Amino acid sequence: MIVEIGHYALVLALCFAIVQGTVPFWGAARQDPALMSMAPAAALGQFLFVSMAFLALIYAHVTSDFSVLNVVENSSTMKPLIYKISGVWGNHEGSLVLWVWILCLFGAAVAARGHNLPDSFKARVLAIQGLIGVAFLAFILFTSNPFARLTPAPFEGNGLNPILQDPGLAIHPPMLYLGYVGFSMAYSFAMAALIEGRVDPAWARWLRPWTLAAWTALTLGIALGSWWAYYELGWGGFWFWDPVENASFMPWLAGTALLHSAIVVEKRDALKSWTILLAILTFSLSLLGTFLVRSGVLTSVHAFATDPSRGLFILLILIVAIGGSLALYAWRAPTMEGGGMFAPISRESGLVLNNLLLAAATATVLLGTLYPLILETTTGAKISVGGPYFQATFIPLMVPLIAAVPIGAMLAWKRADLPGVLARLKLAAAASLLVLLGVWAVRDGSSVMGLLGFLMAAWLVLGSLTELGQRIGLGTLPPGRVLGRLRGLPRSAFAMVIAHAGLGVLIAGMTAVSTGQTQRILTMSAGQTVDLAGYQVRFDGVEDVAGANYRAQRGQFTLLSASRVVATINSEKRTYLVERMPTTEAGIRTTLLGDTYLVLGDALSAGRWNVRMYYNPLAVWMWLGAGIMGVGGLVSLSDRRLRVGAPQPAAKPSTAAPARA
Amino acid sequence: MAITHRPEATDLDRTPKSRWRWLFLLPLFVFVGVGGFLAVGLTRDPEKLPSALIDKPVPAFDLPPLAGREDGGLKTADLGHGQVMLVNVFASWCIPCKVEHPMLMRLAKEGIPVVGINYKDKPEDVARFLAEMGSPYQKIGADRDGRAAIDFGVYGVPETFIIGKDGKIAYRLAGAIQERELEENIRPVLKALTR
Repeated sequence: MIVEIGHYALVLALCFAIVQGTVPFWGAARQDPALMSMAPAAALGQFLFVSMAFLALIYAHVTSDFSVLNVVENSSTMKPLIYKISGVWGNHEGSLVLWVWILCLFGAAVAARGHNLPDSFKARVLAIQGLIGVAFLAFILFTSNPFARLTPAPFEGNGLNPILQDPGLAIHPPMLYLGYVGFSMAYSFAMAALIEGRVDPAWARWLRPWTLAAWTALTLGIALGSWWAYYELGWGGFWFWDPVENASFMPWLAGTALLHSAIVVEKRDALKSWTILLAILTFSLSLLGTFLVRSGVLTSVHAFATDPSRGLFILLILIVAIGGSLALYAWRAPTMEGGGMFAPISRESGLVLNNLLLAAATATVLLGTLYPLILETTTGAKISVGGPYFQATFIPLMVPLIAAVPIGAMLAWKRADLPGVLARLKLAAAASLLVLLGVWAVRDGSSVMGLLGFLMAAWLVLGSLTELGQRIGLGTLPPGRVLGRLRGLPRSAFAMVIAHAGLGVLIAGMTAVSTGQTQRILTMSAGQTVDLAGYQVRFDGVEDVAGANYRAQRGQFTLLSASRVVATINSEKRTYLVERMPTTEAGIRTTLLGDTYLVLGDALSAGRWNVRMYYNPLAVWMWLGAGIMGVGGLVSLSDRRLRVGAPQPAAKPSTAAPARA
Repeated sequence: MAITHRPEATDLDRTPKSRWRWLFLLPLFVFVGVGGFLAVGLTRDPEKLPSALIDKPVPAFDLPPLAGREDGGLKTADLGHGQVMLVNVFASWCIPCKVEHPMLMRLAKEGIPVVGINYKDKPEDVARFLAEMGSPYQKIGADRDGRAAIDFGVYGVPETFIIGKDGKIAYRLAGAIQERELEENIRPVLKALTR
């Protein structure tokens, strides 16, 4: 019964979406307040019914209702509760419901909180959101119904791939989707602006909180996915340039560019059409990404068409959403140029450089991801593009970008004094070089890549802190005034320093793990001790343990430093009972300095076991860095100018619009 | 739809900027190109081998063994001979390969011969992969430059081919073998071929 209600709720949600996607356009064109006010009402209705459907699906999974095909295929009674719930979005149909639910969540948020938006603009934004909802609800209902029944109902389900039964992966998809779908707001804002033919600083300020929220969620979502790959796949690697990873990384790169270019629109009323284009592209890449990975076959673009009817539907959505918006852009955007002029050396130019490099990086990743498909359809040749391509093209684009970050952040708007800025960064540059020498001394014979990475990381952190220090007059003003200035700084200023420094921490971690990893692969018997990166690892033996829905052999290790016990580390080989699949749980001891990463391999004869050991220096810095970047996003989101709401658009664009108290 | 700023637009048309107007069409053209490739890609159902190779003999190849393995590598002559076999193209660096690995182990335990083509891999990485996950493969050919995989028409790893008793390719699966593919496609084909 509840399952049927869920199905019916989806149909009703589609009806609401159709209303939301049509009537407000008409209302906005006729400036009819009654018709325009249908938009928020329909958005809230759509949210309500999609929530009901989502809850119904969760209910079916939690109660293990095996008359529902989706539950049979992805669940079993033996799964712990958390994985019964996370299993809802661990499959194609359920993940689409989550996708639409988040879309409606954002739509409802605009409906409920967007009081400061002009009526016609708000109506059009919600109408575009409604159209996206129509596309996806129709896709779910016609090709991917999660509520399909199965008769006769089996006694037990097939279970969920054990590799996916993991707390990190339980929250990774919702975070990722918050990011992907959050960029739909940027898209809708851009489309509404194109229809209205007006982009001004107020528009950029309305756009900012949605883009920031989406960016923050996507940053954390990608980091969670990478962290999961790190501890679950058991290779000690963290990023594989897999098409699935690229699919989430491209919107992140474009979204990062969008965050930066929107600042120029907000402060200087320039780069308008470029910002609109970025808003469209960011969501387009999210759409492309959602679909490149949709069917659950992770290999490559061929995941796209596992079911021809689904593939066709997807392509149709892409053509209408991306092609339509780009056509509208080509028609309307040329009328929107103008605004503030700026000199070649200025903060605006710095942000243009940022955008050029980020856009080039996005294009590089897109090309690498689609190249096999393009080559295959044109020449019939079949290739795969791997990590070396991405490393060779992506890193050279990132180095100048990162080198420019602290400089750009200190440039003044309109016209800036580059020699002056460089002079003020002298100390940070010297300190970064000291860090480089320090790394060189400690790691005797580090690779060029490793040294360059640490130089960049130190430069980002120290340069960002220098910027903050300069702004509050540290070292030039008396302490009382420094404190006063510190208190007076807007939160967005702190947010920028936090996010940039977080990127520095992240780069330090990535550099250390990719260039400084120690690994040992060996056979051990109980009682044996081996050296690993300054520690000794003692193998204490293997015992059998039983988990909730698996049996495991637990390898026990003791970590010693100078013959003193530091920690015990366990690594398990699990066999999941329902799925009959083995998985490996690495044993990881994390410290700020590095991870000791142990993996129990196969049993050999007479109590001997294969064991793999890694020491990953500074590994935790990667997740810390991503977390710090996320905090930066949240701090920026709490900035006064966003908290108190954007003012109504002024008749003439003002750069310092007073916030309403 | 209200287009409120029309006069302004015509004004701007006369500015020198209109020379660059075509630039605004560029994103659309790029997307049309990408969309075209996606559309063509869609019509080629990649789950199946191009019909040219189905029911044709296995392409000629001769791969050396992996360093340290004494199985003599893998070549065309090893396939067929009255036995139904699975040829699995895999690599240690490929995550989906790790996902499908238990399925291959299950098939191997059931007595279905599985052989491997190890695609663009380092010998020490494969050794580590097999040491930890176990080896379902009776024989493995090392395809360091990916030449044999190209002859098979492989898009990416993993891919699996079912070879009939006559040494002809009967079925191809692109992507990781999952429960559903195993039960709905692979087992029926195996059953039909062994009959």
